[in-house]
Amino acid sequence: MYSCSDLKKGLKLLIDGDPHVIVQFDFSKPGKGQALYRCKLRNMITGALFDRTYRSGESFAPASLDERDMQYLYQDETGYVFMDQKTYEQVVLSEETIGDDKYFLTDNMEVDILMYGDIGIGITLPNFVNLRVTQSDPWVKGDTAAGNNKPATVETGLTLQVPSFVEEGILIQIDTRTGEYATRVKE
Amino acid sequence: MEPNWQLARKRPTLEKRARIVQAIRAFFIERDFLEIETPQRIPTNAPELHIDAVPSGDWFLQTSPELAMKRLLAAGYGNIFQISHCWRQGERGKQHLPEYSMLEWYRPEADYQYLMTDCENLLARLLPELTLTYQGQDIDLTPPWPRLCVQDAFKQYATCSVEESLATGRFDEQISLEIEPNLPKDRPTILFEYPACQASLARLSKDSTVAERFELYLGGMELANAFSELTDHAEQEQRFTSEEAERRASGKQPYPPAIPFITELANMPPAAGIALGIDRLIMLLCDTEQIDHVVPFPPEQL
Repeated sequence: MYSCSDLKKGLKLLIDGDPHVIVQFDFSKPGKGQALYRCKLRNMITGALFDRTYRSGESFAPASLDERDMQYLYQDETGYVFMDQKTYEQVVLSEETIGDDKYFLTDNMEVDILMYGDIGIGITLPNFVNLRVTQSDPWVKGDTAAGNNKPATVETGLTLQVPSFVEEGILIQIDTRTGEYATRVKE
Repeated sequence: MEPNWQLARKRPTLEKRARIVQAIRAFFIERDFLEIETPQRIPTNAPELHIDAVPSGDWFLQTSPELAMKRLLAAGYGNIFQISHCWRQGERGKQHLPEYSMLEWYRPEADYQYLMTDCENLLARLLPELTLTYQGQDIDLTPPWPRLCVQDAFKQYATCSVEESLATGRFDEQISLEIEPNLPKDRPTILFEYPACQASLARLSKDSTVAERFELYLGGMELANAFSELTDHAEQEQRFTSEEAERRASGKQPYPPAIPFITELANMPPAAGIALGIDRLIMLLCDTEQIDHVVPFPPEQL
């Protein structure tokens, strides 16, 4: 069982018998008052989104879902297509289910797909992915202070802040949990 | 290994933070407040149902420097202030760190009205232009700031009255979910006169119906909490006993009684005291909605 202090974005819970994922999470607490755990939840089967506020002391059952190792193949009009590495069975996840995770998917990437029976209902990305910078303004000479940053766009279309020394064409590591730059990748 | 860039990029914010903290010190020193440092590891905290201390050996880390500072007042110290770290278990969010910086100040022979003025003056010192842009919203800081009593706030913004809210145990929830998000965004708000049961260390008003307590809201955040302090030691002991009983009944870690504090409270002059979250103040002045951005190391980065 989970308690309120386990709640965070991405956690999967069983609510009224259905698996749900927390898509937005906010802790709030009046200084002297009771803590409130405000969640936006997505029903992983119906896709329905709703808000719910929990108070300390409540507990939650984890949604125990099968996870299967799959490889990302391609995107087409049906959605995002993945293939089971062992059985070669293919599973399609809708655009809606993938959500912002699409920014971290590259061809042939290995991910865990969450299964509800035969249906793919979610994706677990690795904590870090490597993506190539496709656009970023050049470094301004003389701008040497550590901590200076600039926007960059990577191959999947994601735009993020990177250190000023990151150049177009290089490979960078991104933390998929925060969407933030982690480090340069040596090739 | 390249340098920790996430840390390096915080430098401008941390430089601004240092200047703000220095300006806060200067503000109080100019007004003849004595800066105090009290121990942060202590044998007990004031029992409060919804605040949990972090144990440290047989003792605890402070959830607030309040008890120690009041003992100083009882020993005849005049105006005092302290900037210290406080720890509160399980408090983590966009506006919460389990270890954070608190500014606390006390004025003997004053009530909480003085502290409202102090807040206005402190912000005027930090922002002489008396205006702040936070998350795209211009906030006018010209004193006096609007004062709104809790009773009226419920009438204006909540789905029920204060009395109904207390009866159903939803007071805190309604403050957070119904009132706080609807307070005027272009001005600070001083929410004052709390129900008597909502302030275990505050003095009650003359007719005993409400506690002389206020909360300062700025930019949608709860920035400070203030009381006209309770100085009746028998009454304080009785309130601590019932709060501690409630803690134990709900399975919380028991605290030993705060004996020297209760004993010495008998000598404390009438006074007003306030705690202000420094990290949140810095969030406002640095225009960020993430408390993580204004400290070098959030706990997850340690």
